[in-house]
Amino acid sequence: MIGLVDFGSGNFRSVSLAVRRCGDRAKVVRRERELQKLNALILPGVGSFEVLKGQDALVRGIRKFAASGRPVLGICLGMQALFERSEECAGVNGLSLIRGAVKKLNAPRLPQMGWNQLRIIRNSQLLDGIADGTHFYFANSYACFPEEDVVSAACDYDGEFAAVVEKETFFGVQFHPEKSGEAGLRVLKNFVEMCG
Amino acid sequence: MLVKRIIPCLDCTFVRGKPQVVKGTQFRRLKYAGVPWELAEQYYAAGADEIVLLDISASNEGRKTMADIVRRTTENVFVPVCIGGGIRSVNDFRRMLNAGADKCAINTSAILNPALIRNASKIFGSNCVVVSIDAKKFGQRYECMIYGGRKRAGLDAIEWAKKATELGAGEILLTSVDADGTRAGYDLELLRKVCDAVDVPVIASGGCGSPKDMLAALKQTDASAVLAAGIFHYKKYSIRQVKKYLEKNGVEVRL
Repeated sequence: MIGLVDFGSGNFRSVSLAVRRCGDRAKVVRRERELQKLNALILPGVGSFEVLKGQDALVRGIRKFAASGRPVLGICLGMQALFERSEECAGVNGLSLIRGAVKKLNAPRLPQMGWNQLRIIRNSQLLDGIADGTHFYFANSYACFPEEDVVSAACDYDGEFAAVVEKETFFGVQFHPEKSGEAGLRVLKNFVEMCG
Repeated sequence: MLVKRIIPCLDCTFVRGKPQVVKGTQFRRLKYAGVPWELAEQYYAAGADEIVLLDISASNEGRKTMADIVRRTTENVFVPVCIGGGIRSVNDFRRMLNAGADKCAINTSAILNPALIRNASKIFGSNCVVVSIDAKKFGQRYECMIYGGRKRAGLDAIEWAKKATELGAGEILLTSVDADGTRAGYDLELLRKVCDAVDVPVIASGGCGSPKDMLAALKQTDASAVLAAGIFHYKKYSIRQVKKYLEKNGVEVRL
């Protein structure tokens, strides 16, 4: 069973349906004590970085979960939450599982809304079966700029940003795999398979 | 590179309680085109980049059953789904997003209550808030129409587009009421004006009769996406055909 962490902005059905399609089950978790029985966590991404404000117990719980070596996947805002801080909401701390910051994209039209291509930088378990140049669905105005070597794929929207990061058992994707057609489902399936 | 999106639109109404996708001309004279979730699944399989589902019935029936239609539609469709029609409150947003929608489009309710744009974008993020504008030309001026194209809102469409994005809209769905259903092409002048006025993505809608019309909108304006209904519903062109044509003519698409 995979836990979908709810920081209060809702919309888990898409991720939950996609996980089911990939052969696992997902349930929504809202409290720290619900986390520890699960095989893996997904942080779905709707809302703003501000949702992390005042969620200290949940943040501690996720960090503890991550430290146990079980996989954690952040999607979109959930990926950004893996980092230390964000320009979107100064003063709010991220999970700090990966060093670096979230910054506003520098493009004439924001949000970036639509299908963009991955430039695959290195082989990875998460991107197994995904060809360089494959399109995924993005909906973001901010993106992650890691301060350590964790980027598996980049994406370009008037400037490059990290599209996929992997560090030990923490994974982040800036796109929405649950909304990226068959390619997205493949990425989720790769994750689900790691969760055992 | 971020590619241009091709979006089939499903206008839904209710016939003896059953949801039906319909196709109209200038917002009137409706014909039946199929069951919403069946069409959505077909379009997903055919390579649609996104699907827009609009309740055009403005009925109690619509308000009660749209969430169910969304639930059924999103079960097997793994591209973004945008819902519009009858969304009036933050709670309506929540209901639709919980049912599986990725974005909600608001028109009349946004004009009557602009704070809804701000509140919804604060809670769910701008990415979820699409402001839909039905523009009609009066003299030299484009005006916003409300209540399904039936009433003038007394609001300049270009000014309103700008205001809506300031309030937090993440995208503009721009329909020309005059061009709708005519198959004579998108209103490029309207599109250009709105694209210049805002810095969020703009979806072109109303008037698409052939892939050529899409090419014109995507080449001659800064529109991020083109929406069409009739040309797909009646199997005049497949989504794949349209995309191949666009690619051949220098528009980057997802194939």
